[in-house]
Amino acid sequence: MIDESQGTLANQMSQLSLDSEGLPPPETPWQEFLRIYRKDYQALLGFWVLMILLVTAAAGKVLTEWWVVFDPEVVRLTEKFLPPFASPSPDSVDADRPFGGVYVLGTDELGRDVFARMFQGSFVSLSIGFVAVGISLGIGIVLGGLAGFYGHVKLGFLTVDTLIMRFTDAMMCFPRFFLILTAVALLPPSIYTIMMIIGLFGWMGTARFVRAEFFSIREQDYVVAAKALGIPEGRIIFRHMVPNALAPVFVSATIGVASAILTESGLSFLGFGVPPPYATWGNILSDGKGFIFDAPWLFFIPGLAIFFVVLAFNLVGEGLREALNPKLRRR
Amino acid sequence: MSSVGYMGHNILHEFLMPGNSSQPLLQVTGLKKFFPVRSGVFSRVSAWVKAVDDITLHVNHGETLGLVGESGCGKTTVGRSILRLMEPTAGKIQFEGEDVLALKPRELRAARRRMQIIFQDPYSSLNPRMTIGSIVSEPLKIHKIAKDQELQDRVNQLFVKVGLRPEHQSRYPHEFSGGQRQRVGIARALALNPKFIVCDEAVSALDVSIQAQILNLLRDLQQEFHLSYLFITHDLNVVQYLADRIAVMYLGKLSEVAPAEDLFTTPKHPYTQALLSANPIPDPTAVSKRTILSGDVPSPLNPPNGCRFHPRCPEVMDVCKTADPPLITIGPLDRGHQVWCHLYS
Repeated sequence: MIDESQGTLANQMSQLSLDSEGLPPPETPWQEFLRIYRKDYQALLGFWVLMILLVTAAAGKVLTEWWVVFDPEVVRLTEKFLPPFASPSPDSVDADRPFGGVYVLGTDELGRDVFARMFQGSFVSLSIGFVAVGISLGIGIVLGGLAGFYGHVKLGFLTVDTLIMRFTDAMMCFPRFFLILTAVALLPPSIYTIMMIIGLFGWMGTARFVRAEFFSIREQDYVVAAKALGIPEGRIIFRHMVPNALAPVFVSATIGVASAILTESGLSFLGFGVPPPYATWGNILSDGKGFIFDAPWLFFIPGLAIFFVVLAFNLVGEGLREALNPKLRRR
Repeated sequence: MSSVGYMGHNILHEFLMPGNSSQPLLQVTGLKKFFPVRSGVFSRVSAWVKAVDDITLHVNHGETLGLVGESGCGKTTVGRSILRLMEPTAGKIQFEGEDVLALKPRELRAARRRMQIIFQDPYSSLNPRMTIGSIVSEPLKIHKIAKDQELQDRVNQLFVKVGLRPEHQSRYPHEFSGGQRQRVGIARALALNPKFIVCDEAVSALDVSIQAQILNLLRDLQQEFHLSYLFITHDLNVVQYLADRIAVMYLGKLSEVAPAEDLFTTPKHPYTQALLSANPIPDPTAVSKRTILSGDVPSPLNPPNGCRFHPRCPEVMDVCKTADPPLITIGPLDRGHQVWCHLYS
C-alpha cells in the first residue's frame, strides 16, 4: 500500500510542470543577510571595531578587577601627567610599575595609569549600553506589542491603545537627559542605578516602533491566512508577527546602545554618573577637562574612544538596516 | 423531517449524489458590513461606509460562483465576512446548514478546516520567515491531523498536487516566483482538506501565462477534491473560464446573478452590459458596441438613493432615483437568473 502510493508519487513528480525548475541555490534568510551585509564595508568595519571592543571590555573586567594585571587605582603622586609611552621613574616601587614597564596612554593628575583606567572603563561603558538598551527593549516590545495587537480592547472608556500610547507620549514630553539627571540626583549613585534609569527612560521610541510594526503586520495577508487556518492567537503573535516585527527594532537598538553610552558619558562628565572608584570613559573625560592644555591626552583619549565606539555602533545599525530591508533584497 | 421514511430518503439521496442535495453548501442571507468613520476629539462615529449592504447569495456543492465588480465595490469584504475574518454587521451565513456567525471561538477554529482562502498577492500572503514546507505543514500540526512521517507524506503529496517539488520544502518564499508562491498558497489552503475556498483575486497579480496555469490547477483540484469556490475577481475572462454562476456587485449591492453563459449572452442589468462591453474581444475585426459609463463610482460613504447605479445608468428612469430596485427573476425560476433593476418590473 505504502509502496504503491510512493510509486504514484514518484510518477507524478516526474511529470511536474517546469514551473518549479531552475531555482537559484537555496539561501536561508540568514545567509542572504550575511551576503548583503558583507558587501557594506563601513558596516563591516563597524562590526570588527565592536568585536574588538567586546573582547577589550571582557578583558578589561578580568584584568583590572579579578586578576589585576593593570591596576587602575594605584596613585603615584610623583608620576603625575606623564605623556603616553613614558616610562616610570627608575626609583619607583616595583608593585606600582605598570605592566610592561611603560604608561601606554600616560598618567593622570593622580599619577594613575590612564590605559588601565580606560581598560576598566570599556567594560563599564559597554555594559551600561547593553543593559540599558536591554531594559528599554523589554519594556518597549511588551508595551508596543500590547498596544499593537490588543489596542482595540476596551478598558472602561479607554482602549488599551489609548492608555499605553498616551502614557508613552507623556513620557516623551520630558526632555530625556534632564529627567535622567533628576532621577540620578535623587537616587543613591551606583552603576546599577545608572543602567536602570537610562533603560527606564529610553523605551518610548521602541514602544512606538513596535506598535507601528504590529499595526502593519496585523493586516498582512500571511497573518490573515494564519487566522483563517485556525492557528491560535498566541502562535500567530509569536511565530508569525514577532519575528517579522523585530528586525527593524534591533536596528534601532544598535543605535540605542550608542546613545546609552553617550548618555552615561554625559552624566559622568557632569559628575552625576558612575561614582568613583569605577573609571568610566565619561569620568576620565570629566577629570581630564581641567588639564586640556597641560595634558591633552587625558581629554582626547576617552573622547576619541567614545567617538569611535558610537560611530561603530551607528555604522553597524545602518548596515543592519540595509541588510534587513526586504525592499533591497536580491541585489 | 417528521417521518423516518423521509429522512431515510434524504440520506440515500445524499449517499448517491454526494454534494448534490437540495441545500446549498453556503447560504448567505442579508449580509451587511458597515465600517464606522470616526472623527473629532472623542472619535465619535460620524458616518458609516456601507461596504456590503444586504447581499444574499448561495454557493452549491462543487460549483464555482464568480463574484465580479470594480475595485472598492465590496467583493473582498463579502469573501472575508463569510470566513469571519471580519465580523459582519448583520446577516446570516449558513455553511452546511450550520450558522457560522453563531460559532464560539473554539467551534470556529474547527469550522475553519472546512473553508479556506487564497489571496491575491503571493508576495505578502506567505510569512517571509518560514520555510514553505513549514507554511504548508503548520495547519496540519495545529489541527493535529498528522504528525511525523505521516505529516511529511501529506506535505509531499500536497506539494506534488500543486505542481511544486517536495525537495524545495526547506526554502523560503522569497526564493520563488509569483506563480510558484501562489502554488504554495494553494497548497496551504488545501492542507486542511476544505470543502469551500474563497479565491480572493487569486490570479490577478500574476502574468497571463501563469494565470492560465493557476486557473487550470484550481479547476483540476476542484474536480479532484469536489471543491466549491467563491471566485472574487474583476477580470471577466477569468470568471468566464472558471465560473458556473456569476454574481455582479456594484457599490456594496448585487446587481445581477446568473449562470455564466446567460450572463455573457443575455446580460440584463445595464451595469452588467456596460461591464461586458468594456471587456476586449480577442478579434481585431470584431466591432463591439461599447457602452461607455460616465462619471466615477460614488463614495460608499454617501451612496445614491434608490438604485445605486442610477447616476451612471444609461437607461435611468425617474423611479430609479427614489426606489430601491426590486428583485426580478428572468426566465424559469430554477435557472436562477436574477436581476435587481426597475427596467424589468
